[in-house]
Amino acid sequence: MTQNISIRKDWKLIQSLIDIDSSVLDIGCGEGELMSQLEKNLNSNTRGMEIDGDLVNKAINNGLNVIHGNAEKNLEYYSTQSFDYVILSQTLQAMYNPKIVLEELLRIGSKAIVSFPNFGHWYIRLQLLFNGKMPVTKGLPYSWYETPNIHFFTLKDFQDICKKLNINIEKSFGLTNKGKQFEITDYSITSNLITQEAIFLLSKNKIETIKIESKQNVFMSQKILANNQ
Amino acid sequence: MSNKKVTIEPSKDYPCDIAIFKNYNHKLESGNTLNNFKVAFKTYGKINSKKSNVILICHALTGDQFITENNPITNKDGWWSKMVGKNKPIDTNKFFIIGINVLGGCIGTTGPKEINPDTNKPFNLDFPTVTIKDMVDVQKYLIDALNIDKLFAVIGSSMGAMQVLQWIIAFPEKICNAIHIAGALKHSSQNIAFHEVGRQAVMSDPNWFKGDYSNHNVKPERGLAVARMIAHITYLSEDALHRKFGRKLQSRDIISFGFDADFQVESYLRHQGKSFVNRFDANSYLLMTRAMDYFDLTEKFPKIIEFNNTINKHINYLVISFDSDWLFPTNENLEIAKILIKNNCKVSFIEINTDKGHDSFLLNEPEFHKAIKGFLNSKLDINDK
Repeated sequence: MTQNISIRKDWKLIQSLIDIDSSVLDIGCGEGELMSQLEKNLNSNTRGMEIDGDLVNKAINNGLNVIHGNAEKNLEYYSTQSFDYVILSQTLQAMYNPKIVLEELLRIGSKAIVSFPNFGHWYIRLQLLFNGKMPVTKGLPYSWYETPNIHFFTLKDFQDICKKLNINIEKSFGLTNKGKQFEITDYSITSNLITQEAIFLLSKNKIETIKIESKQNVFMSQKILANNQ
Repeated sequence: MSNKKVTIEPSKDYPCDIAIFKNYNHKLESGNTLNNFKVAFKTYGKINSKKSNVILICHALTGDQFITENNPITNKDGWWSKMVGKNKPIDTNKFFIIGINVLGGCIGTTGPKEINPDTNKPFNLDFPTVTIKDMVDVQKYLIDALNIDKLFAVIGSSMGAMQVLQWIIAFPEKICNAIHIAGALKHSSQNIAFHEVGRQAVMSDPNWFKGDYSNHNVKPERGLAVARMIAHITYLSEDALHRKFGRKLQSRDIISFGFDADFQVESYLRHQGKSFVNRFDANSYLLMTRAMDYFDLTEKFPKIIEFNNTINKHINYLVISFDSDWLFPTNENLEIAKILIKNNCKVSFIEINTDKGHDSFLLNEPEFHKAIKGFLNSKLDINDK
């Protein structure tokens, strides 16, 4: 969907987040290179979904199990909690409804791996600040009128929506524009500035704060949500 | 107990083999019994020592066992000669292909035009109604008779796709891979409607004689031709018809103000109708259309896929649709893929972009051919390991 040259640097990182012998669903899998890599290196049991028929056909030719479908409309095909991991690589920013897609990922998988270009990167900020034009970079090579990327967001924005959707960020990594990798441990301005591409390992928060009202007083309690794996 | 017996010998009528089943006492879905029956089949390529390269190709409504090379009845190429053969997508250098004329058919397998051993006359409409399940049961007898333990793949389009679904639910342990092309879990109301018009055309031909035409030495040719003309329209698409014919006139410069075949499309359909009656039996046509109409696995298929999970888990599925197919449209094919996805089966689904309608599966569609070839070859590698 939004493949470009710099995009596939994140595969190695994605692989490092996945346990051996797991079931993996790759949304927007293209011709399935990542799936093949995971099958080979981690003995993963993979499935994919791809919107482009030519790429689906290539994936089939590579012996992979891929569904010709649209991630925004067709994730309903998959059963709840039917995969260990669901991967959405470099696609969230091209979605009409990223919030729903994000929720769907964690309905289908017990964990989700999401990667996206960080619009808060310093170079993008500078371009917008000094040029006064929508930024065009190596990682985001499209002009505004032809870009498939319709929802730009930053590292911080993503952290915010995870909080809002009660999604737990288990791990997060940044890649700089030089391809240097680092773990995002703080949510400081620095991380947001130097991360060109971010990769998140997500899970659903199983502990939710709820309010219980009694006659005497109002108190807070922690409710353990059933783990429906 | 029973003295079931199978003999396989070359057919006397066609350049293919024939399996003669005796004392099989096979109960049809309708409740009728077939004790003795014969099955005509044709093979292509060589079977390997492990018998692990066998592909069963199930034919559609008016297809037959002559999948590729010369068809002896029409003297033209077999119906899937673009797909099957040496160095073709389904490569007979690698695979051993079996084509079986379905039960109730008219090219050698027991059907209405065959002689009823009890009366020494053709069965005609005394032949019991057959279903897709009956066809597949008989195919299974043949596969067993050939001592083939496991089919590398079962492949079919249209009515053939229905047979593939039946194979999947009835004999999952017998198949490694399944390719379902342009089919559905059930025959839709619109499709039944078209079939009914076709049948009415046959039955209103004065030469039909309630199916007893062979005893009158005639054929309900006009009725059957009309049935074929109607059906043929449903196999194409508006775009394909327009591209091929537009409003072009046939062998004339001006319209005739009459009912001759002024338009090329009329002439084309008349030709389709005429050539069909030379190769197909009218009673068999009635029977085949009925078998498709009765097909409905909407309840059974999802249940069996779910509950037989341990014995169908190994199967690799490929589901293919054509975006201009309005007889078996994409969403009907997708229903099947969705059930398989829900049950975590190993399934791929692809919609092929073409304007040629349902008939695309017979035509030169490179993306379609690529998918079939790639799918089969990728599984061959796994099996060889």
